[in-house]
Amino acid sequence: MPGFDFSNYNRNAALHARGVPLPKATSTGTTIVGCIYDNGVVNCEKLHYIAPKIWCAGAGTAADTEFTTALISSNVELHSLSTGRDPRVITCMTMLKQHLFRYQGHIGAYLVVAGVDPTGVGLYTVHAHGSTDKLPYVTMGSGSLAAMSVFESMWQPDLNKEGAIALCAEAIKAGIFNDLGSGSNVDVCVIEKDKPTQLLRNYEKPNERGQKERNYRFPRGTTAWLNQKVISKEDMKKYVTIETLSGDDNLAAGEKMEVDV
Amino acid sequence: MGSPFDINGGACVAMVGKDCVAIACDLRLGMQALTISNNFPKIFNFAPSTYLGLTGLATDVNTVSDLFRYKVNMYRLREERHISPQTLANLVSSSLYEKRFGPFFVSPVLAGINQTTGKPFICGFDSIGCIDFAKDFIVSGTASDQLFGTCEGLWEPDLGAEDLFETISQALLSAVDRDALSGWGAQVYIIEKDKVTQRLLKGRQD
Repeated sequence: MPGFDFSNYNRNAALHARGVPLPKATSTGTTIVGCIYDNGVVNCEKLHYIAPKIWCAGAGTAADTEFTTALISSNVELHSLSTGRDPRVITCMTMLKQHLFRYQGHIGAYLVVAGVDPTGVGLYTVHAHGSTDKLPYVTMGSGSLAAMSVFESMWQPDLNKEGAIALCAEAIKAGIFNDLGSGSNVDVCVIEKDKPTQLLRNYEKPNERGQKERNYRFPRGTTAWLNQKVISKEDMKKYVTIETLSGDDNLAAGEKMEVDV
Repeated sequence: MGSPFDINGGACVAMVGKDCVAIACDLRLGMQALTISNNFPKIFNFAPSTYLGLTGLATDVNTVSDLFRYKVNMYRLREERHISPQTLANLVSSSLYEKRFGPFFVSPVLAGINQTTGKPFICGFDSIGCIDFAKDFIVSGTASDQLFGTCEGLWEPDLGAEDLFETISQALLSAVDRDALSGWGAQVYIIEKDKVTQRLLKGRQD
């Protein structure tokens, strides 16, 4: 990977040597699971896109899972463009493990990779140090023990699609309720051969918030202020050109990259 | 010695309203318990309706704000347009992650209105660039625990610009009064589609 920048490393290490604790990165208290069935694979919680039919669930350091999967997704896309073939799950898993192994566990990404490719269904776990597993049902994250207990007691080799989704959701819920780190909703991704991938965000919401019973809206003028400065559109026009465009959502797609077909 | 995030003190909060967003910060700069200045704003402007709040180690607040001023200026020269809040969020994220193994000790908060869609946008980051997208509010700084409490209690959806000003101001003022390292006045920006109002609040001076 071209380039981490270590310019602050010595400063931070010197501070650390003088007793300053290292900063805590956002860690995902997470339960992530995956489970294969006759013709596809189900993947649950904190999902990242790799390719149309390969998805990744991430636990551990949030920024690491986000950027590692984005990097591998980009390389997988380039690889499939250059070979002219659909990307394979094992390719993606190998790229992930080689990247993570190179960084000796310092990149704290714990991943469940699931997908369908020309060779069939694939389901793997990748640990931050680079080790991998290939199993019919997998769990990771702080809620992995709770989720695995559900799989170990209820998983069967002949699951259908509905059964696999229900089992995965049940495993995630075991994580949500029995692991203090994990919480809130269940997202499910169903990847099937010859069918578009279904991403069911908030497939289940067992922790819906109640309606607030009272509001604390302040009367206007509650907060005293010493002075104010209003920067109006007219003021801005003195310095820059402003053009008003319609609120068409497609215009926001101007943010996206245009690709020649 | 304490965490580098807690040496200088400071607090920042952003909130979404109806067709508007607000971002506010306190004005204290300290060294541990000793207050050095009561005029150290932590919110920086990067486009007509895009603001970035930076709390944490003051040296890094300065370095990071200067770094993004440079990067956003380069973006504007190359693209001949202003940066959108969403693009700035990705710029902040990737710039902080570049320093994954030697991070800046800052917790940024971003608030703005996308000028093409007219939609409000807020998000927060950890020190290595993980983005926290929120539909309600984002808090950061030494008073973040207190801010979570006040915002959770006071915020409600679809507040207009004037009501959002009262809500964010009271949430911030109440929170910093319960934190010894934040306070000493506050600055609030209320961002609407084609108007930004900046207000200076008087806070307790103790």
